Amino acid sequence: MLKFVFGKLLLAACVALTVSAVSFGLLHLAGDPAIALAGESASEADIEAIRVNFGYDRPLLVQYGDWLSRAATGDFGISRFFNKPVSELVWDRLPITMMLGVFAIIFALVLAIPMGVLAATRPNSWFDRIALFISVVGQAIPSFWFGLILIVIFSINLGWLPASGASSWKNFVLPTVVLGYFATPALMRLTRTGMLDVLASDYVRTARAKGLPTRKVLFKHALRNAMIPVVSLAAVQMGFMLSGSIIVESVFALPGAGQLAWVSISRNDLPMIQALILIFSMFYIVFTFAADVLNAWLDPRLRVS
Amino acid sequence: MTEVRPVLSIRDLSVALPQGGDRPFAVESLNLDVMPNEIVCIVGESGSGKSITSFTTMGLLPRTLRATSGQIMFGGRNLLEMPEREHARLRGSEMAMIFQEPMTALNPCYTVGDQIEEIFAAHTSIPRAERRTRTLALLREVKLADADRIHQSYPHQLSGGQRQRIVIAMALALGPRLLIADEPTTALDVTTQAQILNMFKELRRARDAGIMFVTHDFGVVAEIADKVVVMQKGRVVEQGPAAEILNRPQHPYTRLLIDAVPRRRPEAQAPREERPVALRVSGVGKTFNVARTLFKPARQVAALKPVEFALQSGETLGIVGESGSGKTTLVRCLIRLIDPDSGEVWIGNTDFAAEPRGRLRSHRKDIQIVFQDPYGSLNPRRRIGDQLVEGPVNFGESRESALKRARELMRIVRMDEDSLDRYPVQFSGGQRQRICIARALMVQPKILIADEAVSALDVSVQKEVLTLLADIKRQFGLSMLFITHDLRVAAQICDNIIVMSNGEIVERGTVDEVFGDPKHAYTQQLLNAMPGRAWKIPDNVVSNQ
Amino acid sequence: MSAQTVAAVPPRLTPRQQLWRRAWRHKGLVFGATVLAVIVLLAVFAPLVAPHDPYRQNLLARMVPPVFLGGTWDHPLGTDALGRDYLSRLLYGARISLMIGFVTAMISAVIGSVLGILGGYFGGKVDAVVTFLISVRLAMPVVLVALAVVALLGGSLIVMMTVLGLLLWDRFAVVLRTATRQVRSMEYVAAAEVLGASLPRILFKDILPNVMSQLIVIATLEMAHAILLEASLSFLGLGVRPPTPSWGLMISEGKEMLLFQPWLIAIPGVALFLVVISINMFGDGVRDITAPEGRN
Repeated sequence: MLKFVFGKLLLAACVALTVSAVSFGLLHLAGDPAIALAGESASEADIEAIRVNFGYDRPLLVQYGDWLSRAATGDFGISRFFNKPVSELVWDRLPITMMLGVFAIIFALVLAIPMGVLAATRPNSWFDRIALFISVVGQAIPSFWFGLILIVIFSINLGWLPASGASSWKNFVLPTVVLGYFATPALMRLTRTGMLDVLASDYVRTARAKGLPTRKVLFKHALRNAMIPVVSLAAVQMGFMLSGSIIVESVFALPGAGQLAWVSISRNDLPMIQALILIFSMFYIVFTFAADVLNAWLDPRLRVS
Repeated sequence: MTEVRPVLSIRDLSVALPQGGDRPFAVESLNLDVMPNEIVCIVGESGSGKSITSFTTMGLLPRTLRATSGQIMFGGRNLLEMPEREHARLRGSEMAMIFQEPMTALNPCYTVGDQIEEIFAAHTSIPRAERRTRTLALLREVKLADADRIHQSYPHQLSGGQRQRIVIAMALALGPRLLIADEPTTALDVTTQAQILNMFKELRRARDAGIMFVTHDFGVVAEIADKVVVMQKGRVVEQGPAAEILNRPQHPYTRLLIDAVPRRRPEAQAPREERPVALRVSGVGKTFNVARTLFKPARQVAALKPVEFALQSGETLGIVGESGSGKTTLVRCLIRLIDPDSGEVWIGNTDFAAEPRGRLRSHRKDIQIVFQDPYGSLNPRRRIGDQLVEGPVNFGESRESALKRARELMRIVRMDEDSLDRYPVQFSGGQRQRICIARALMVQPKILIADEAVSALDVSVQKEVLTLLADIKRQFGLSMLFITHDLRVAAQICDNIIVMSNGEIVERGTVDEVFGDPKHAYTQQLLNAMPGRAWKIPDNVVSNQ
Repeated sequence: MSAQTVAAVPPRLTPRQQLWRRAWRHKGLVFGATVLAVIVLLAVFAPLVAPHDPYRQNLLARMVPPVFLGGTWDHPLGTDALGRDYLSRLLYGARISLMIGFVTAMISAVIGSVLGILGGYFGGKVDAVVTFLISVRLAMPVVLVALAVVALLGGSLIVMMTVLGLLLWDRFAVVLRTATRQVRSMEYVAAAEVLGASLPRILFKDILPNVMSQLIVIATLEMAHAILLEASLSFLGLGVRPPTPSWGLMISEGKEMLLFQPWLIAIPGVALFLVVISINMFGDGVRDITAPEGRN
């Protein structure tokens, strides 16, 4: 078991490294960081001075190596815009985004799995059609627009929930709904398809032939197998949610890591952007790793590497 | 003598098909009885409705099919009028079913022991400790060695034969009065099949149950049946005691089926003369490296130990073996789908095995193959004609001349010329296999390999294809390698036979030598395992033969 | 066991005819295709259909409500804060969305399909590399990277299409890799090899036609994804720059006036919704009608 885990960790580390390297390269090639820092009215000499000062004149690989070695110790540099250490800012903002992400995925799963299971046990019924309709509609609504509409309805017209800030749990309701509903259709459809496939499988037929009660067939035999792809997708969706938090946090003015990302991108704050990319990707890797472990627990066949 | 009541009594059963099928009923006006201590075999080809009969009895029909009339009497009650919940209570306790595919019959997420014990939990209130004891007893009853270890194992850690035994154990758990088995041995090796069939024969005695056994294989029928029910297109065409049906079949369809059972044909005795060698295989071996898993270190599997044999021009050489014997690896090496580690394959003056991949293509036309699965052997998105001319065009021939030959070959395999414009989905399994034969012949090979080419076909269709292969061999002067696991088929079509086991050749000789006087223990075991070997298949049952 | 095992008579229609028949019967597919066709036509003929120049400001006619909320037919969908006709901006915005969606889907289709097919066909080391690349791409926070790069390079259409195209290929790669592996294991591929087919011939005649239907489904879904992504980026102010009438940008500009002129965000939002849902329904429909064949 250890070698299995170790191998996966090594792979994950390589992936994270490559992600950071690629994004480092992209960012530094896409725009000259010195110009971005100096501003629009700087002279050529100023730009050059900044370039030397911050080490932007060195070869790209050297810059990356330098950044990487410092990142390994948790030092992500100083934010150009806020003038504070990046790690401090990120550490501050991350909990809000994490909470939002967790709430959102719980919301999505609580909605998607029962709907998917019910739709699969009554294929082509009116319930099934409604569930599919909701999922199709849900995938088509832009998340930022949905957020605005919810604000119009619940904050402005009904006054039940606040539109911005992070002072109480109420601030999290609408953002959770917006972030979570986006993952719901895909999860619901996967649950439905998975259940349909599993319900038609030979081992479920065996379970029925043994005279097991329907509930047992459904939950003990069918659901467990159907959940395996859903677990993997949920992990992937959690990763996407970090990305999506940029949009949601800016619509609802939630001071989380997503909004931090938006601000730093608007200001070309490269160290911050670089750090956030690495951190977001690490979270994704951790989530998918956890999903793999969970799946190995669910399905004994996956315990062999 | 008190009259014994049947365990199961089906009267006038009809099951309707959804709109758009080729007939309105899957099963029509079916009558049959199963007595205790009796094995009733339902025989038929695919589409005969035999499986649907068994599924209806168990109440496991898919939603699209419904029983529309008739009754199924079990324990004094009509199953068709019973509410579903009551029928569910009978399942597993009074009536049990064993299905065809053991590899997928068990839930991969739970241990085998758990899956047996849950039957007790669902139907009885036996405490946990006793559930375990009974489960272990069941495992021993189905002759699974090391019952404790098996109890803790997951299905993927067990072989197909072991899994099927576990399915049988599950069926026997609560001592049902009716056992239904739907082609339970079709997916198993011959030797495993023999053991399972023996088990059924013992169960008939020991368990006091009636057994309904669905199969397409008359050998199996001959081996275990007390009574036989023959079905065609949803109707029972004939039924009666096994000895009668097997030896004195009355109905034309039954006669057709029995005539189609492969057997040694005396007129196929070819005189032994020395012919030039078409294919010489010398020292061909292949070892696979299995990557390390969590449980075992990396190891090497010698799938094929260096073998040698020769195929004479005009000969049909059978290669017989079970799964794991190495015959599949051998075939793939012969046609260079994989590269052998050692050895030579001489076709004419060329060592086919040694040709580097670049130069290989031009020699490929000498040796061609027909695969087992007619549904996977043709590209569903290309017209038949395009797929036939592919070969010759690849070797430089012009499309026009290739098409001309394609038309002629279609005639030879007894199909319409306008088949060339159609797509595979428009043809049946037997027709597709004939198309594949034509495709192989398009490049005018010297050697044709038939790799289990008839194993997936119904027995009547199988007979046509075998006859076709024999005719073609004569007409084109081919040499044929016929791979099969079915000894009867080998006996019918082959001149000489090679028996393989564990990657090596254990016996070789003419058909009479190998079947009449087997020397190697494995061959003897194989022959003993052949179901219905005591049955002397009647000849000339079909009057126009 | 299914009803199919009983009705063993093969159909008399060719696969293509069967496909068309299934297509016409599929309501979602027909609906999606129709709506999409209408939108495409409107977008293509926008210069002819639009009543005004979308860039022309008219400070005397700012914030005119749409005709159904008390406005005039002169501006059927009202005007925005700078007096620009909303209907015209909507139609021109359709061009942008559709173009970005289409080109992005094309670029990512090529990249992802090549990777997926090569990885699925060759297996071994090639596949290991492809899988690694896919993992890297999946681990990358797309919105973040896209935002950052577009912000640095400027939000022209070419930049958007290139950046999104280079980032959205993952689903193509994953799906086509699985599909290729499945087709590869079919015996007709082995038969083609034995019949002397060269590698390009096998790839183009055997593999590609049998994975094409899945490719098309993913292409439609990724087109919708790209359209939504561009709208999100533009909404955040880091995508298409004003005064170009991107729908996302229009929503962003309208959100200040949420309270009093909700139509400013409602109309482009509904437009986005219609485009995306019609594409998705079309794609789902294609998947529905081709899936049973694929499963055979």
